[in-house]
Amino acid sequence: MGALPPVDFVEAEGLACVRGSRPVFREVNFRVERGRTLVVEGPNGSGKTSLLRLIAGLLAPADGTISFSSGAARVEDGEERGRFVDWLGHHDASKPQLTAAESLRFFARLYGATGDGIPTLIESVGLSRTAALPCQYLSAGQKRRLALARLKLCGRPLWLLDEPLASLDTAGKSLLLDLLREHLAAGGLAVIATHDPLDLEAARLQLA
Amino acid sequence: MSAFVALLARDVRLATRAGGSAMLALAFFAAVATLVPFGVGSEPELLARVAASIVWIAAVLASLLALDRLFQADYEDGSLDLLALSPLSFEGIAAAKIAAHWLTTGLPLTLLSPLLALLLNLPTKAYITLLVSLLVGTPAISAIGGVAAALTLSIRRGGLLLPLLVLPLLTPAVIFGAGAVLARLDRIENGAIWFLAAFSAVAVLLSPFVTAAALRFNLAE
Repeated sequence: MGALPPVDFVEAEGLACVRGSRPVFREVNFRVERGRTLVVEGPNGSGKTSLLRLIAGLLAPADGTISFSSGAARVEDGEERGRFVDWLGHHDASKPQLTAAESLRFFARLYGATGDGIPTLIESVGLSRTAALPCQYLSAGQKRRLALARLKLCGRPLWLLDEPLASLDTAGKSLLLDLLREHLAAGGLAVIATHDPLDLEAARLQLA
Repeated sequence: MSAFVALLARDVRLATRAGGSAMLALAFFAAVATLVPFGVGSEPELLARVAASIVWIAAVLASLLALDRLFQADYEDGSLDLLALSPLSFEGIAAAKIAAHWLTTGLPLTLLSPLLALLLNLPTKAYITLLVSLLVGTPAISAIGGVAAALTLSIRRGGLLLPLLVLPLLTPAVIFGAGAVLARLDRIENGAIWFLAAFSAVAVLLSPFVTAAALRFNLAE
C-alpha cells in the first residue's frame, strides 16, 4: 500500500456544500470502513462531484466535518487528507505529448511510489500496443485505462472515483471492478459517484 | 524533493517537446528584436543606445507567451487536482512550475541575447553586462508571471488579462536591466545591476507563496 499508513475509516458529519451562493446539499452523513465502498447516487447537479472534492480536500465544506482515521491519528485538515487520496475524475490528466509509460513514471515519482513494474502494469490495463505513442493518439477509453493504471501504481488508501465507468468498454469495466476488488481486499477504501449499477457490494448514499 | 524534481522535469520536457512553448518563445524573441532595426532605420549609433532596452522588452514579451498556459493547462486537464493531492505543497508546485518556466524561456533567451545584440549593433564591451542583467533579471519575469498566471487561472481568456497584470510590475526589471547596460556604455557606475538583483531576489522568494495562495483560492472555487 505504499508508504502511507492505511486509513481505518472515513467519516463525515453534517456536511453542507455551497457552490457560487447556491446550496447544493446539507446534512450529509456517512462512514466508510476499511475494505468498504460507498456509492454516491443522485440526479445531475445533486452534488456528487462536489462531495468527492470535499472528501479529497479540494473544496472546503460550508458546514460540517470530514475526518480520516489512520491508526491513532485523526486527520481533519483538507490538504493533509489529500495525501491519503487518489482521484479519478472527468478529466484523465494525461498530457498529449507524453507516452503512457512517461505519464505513469511521472505520477510514480510525484506520489513517491516505486516505479517498478510499469511495463507489466501497462500490459495489464491493455495498453501495451499503444505504450510508445503520445497520449494525444489514445482514445477516451484508453486514457481512462491509463488513469486506472495510475490509481493502482500510486497505491493511495482512499480512491475517489467520479463516474469511473465513463467511456470504458465491457472489458474495461471488468478491469475497473477487478482493480477495485483487489484494492478493497488489500484494505483500501473507495467512494464512487456513478449512475451505472456496479457489480460490487457497497453502501449507498442518496443525494437529493 | 523527488516530487519537486519530477514536476520540474515533466514541465521542462513538455515545453521542449514538439509544439512546446520553449522554441516558440525563442523564435518570438528573435523576431521582435530583429524587427526593430528596420523601424529605427539607418542610424547605427541610435540602435546601439536602444539595443539593451529592445532586448529586454523582447525578453519580457517572449516570456509572456508561455505564461498563460503555465497553470491553465494543468487546471483544464485535471492534472492540477492530482498535483494538489501529491505530497507537494502548493508552494512546492508553484516553485517547480516557475523554475521550469525560467529554465525553458528565461535561460534560453539569455543565452541567445548576444546574437541579437550583434544585430542591434551593441558595442562588444557591453555584452557581458547584458548577459548578466538578463541572467539576474529574467527569474523575476517568471516569478511575477507565475503569480499572474495563478490569479487568472479560472478566467476564460485570462491570457489577455495576464499581460496587463504582469507588464506594470516588470517595469523595474526593464529600467534596471537596460539601465545597467547603458551605464556600461557610458562607463559610469550606477549600481543598476544590484537594484535588479534585489528586485529579482524579492520576486523569486515571495512568488511561490503568493502563487500558492492564488492556486488554493482558484481550485476551491
